[in-house]
Amino acid sequence: MTETGFSSLLKELTKGFLKENPILVIMLGLCATLACSTSATDALGMGLAFSFVMLGSNVVVASIRKLVPSQVRIPVFITVISTFVTIVDYTLKAYFPALSQSLGVFVPLIVVNCIVMGRAEAFSSKNTVMASLMDGIGMGVGFTFIITLIGAIREAIGNGSLFGHQVMPALYQPFVILILPPGAFLVIGFLMALHRKVMITFYKEDG
Amino acid sequence: MVSNDLNIFLIFLSAMMVNNILLIRFIALCSFFGVSNSIKTCVGMGMAVIFVMVMATGVSWPVYHFVLVPLDLVYLRTAAFILTIATFVQLEEMFIRRTFPPLYRAMGIYLPLIVVNCAVLAAAFLCIDYKLGFVKSMVYTVGVSCGYFVAIVMFAAIREVVDYAPVPRLFKGHPIAFITASLMSLAFLGFKGLFGL
Repeated sequence: MTETGFSSLLKELTKGFLKENPILVIMLGLCATLACSTSATDALGMGLAFSFVMLGSNVVVASIRKLVPSQVRIPVFITVISTFVTIVDYTLKAYFPALSQSLGVFVPLIVVNCIVMGRAEAFSSKNTVMASLMDGIGMGVGFTFIITLIGAIREAIGNGSLFGHQVMPALYQPFVILILPPGAFLVIGFLMALHRKVMITFYKEDG
Repeated sequence: MVSNDLNIFLIFLSAMMVNNILLIRFIALCSFFGVSNSIKTCVGMGMAVIFVMVMATGVSWPVYHFVLVPLDLVYLRTAAFILTIATFVQLEEMFIRRTFPPLYRAMGIYLPLIVVNCAVLAAAFLCIDYKLGFVKSMVYTVGVSCGYFVAIVMFAAIREVVDYAPVPRLFKGHPIAFITASLMSLAFLGFKGLFGL
């Protein structure tokens, strides 16, 4: 992973999408995924907030990786991450109060979102700033994609709407269970099985 | 939701069952799916979470109300809480190792893991968000952590059985675990009607 050629940067960017998708494959950051996906709007908001923190912390951690002694790296990483989380938290409160209200405690909880910490520890503390930037974007996009997909499925079936607009015919009886907590587990269970099917079919990987 | 005028018993029940932290509020799921392979590990993990969570709220509540609020530093709470909790868990670990070796052997290896367990931080935040007093915060935290214990041990018990069930190939492992969790969550949703909270 030390080469810095264009193709390897592209690989860092795209791996978060399917092959190393943070939610479906690495199985981290589940709390926010399940809790903030009752509607597509909330899910997209959470995805973007998360991507910003991921990107910021990855770049900062990668640029200070040679200055930080390895014994104190975890507290330093946590401080870096919590700085970005505070920025996001207060920005949301100031400009998107409704979104901030519905995401609630999960915005400050991005700080203990294991993906951010995990990538800081496993990737950006060992790689160049550029590679970490790509990794951050890839992970952010992969996370945002899946969480928005889950949000859209749950909102469409459970409420008959998408991003707040009615999409189902007026006679449609919504399956409310999908926007209740059990629906979140159900949707992600089926998505994981689907992801496995895709991996087996297209990548010849036995999951 | 929890509010300050509920009595202490209701706060406890609401935190433990109605708003179960794992199945209804979706906090700390990484450990829920990560370590729930055997009942034995889960009992150790659950005990350690109860212990750390109660201690963490016991420390972070005074930090917030006696340090951050008077100094007008509320915006630092995310950083302040996580550093306080991380430091405190380290101290606890050393203290337990010295004074209660059997207890350390039972839950020692889980203590460092719990620092990054969102449940601990979440309980500390929620006590502040709900504007609970100190005693009620402690009761709430005990309720939340007992809820964690109950849910993770039950989940592990079910998973041990599911391992032997004929599950379709695509659903083996994690997908079926999520569907199991979905059914458990459905059952916990029933408590909502029971207590009318």
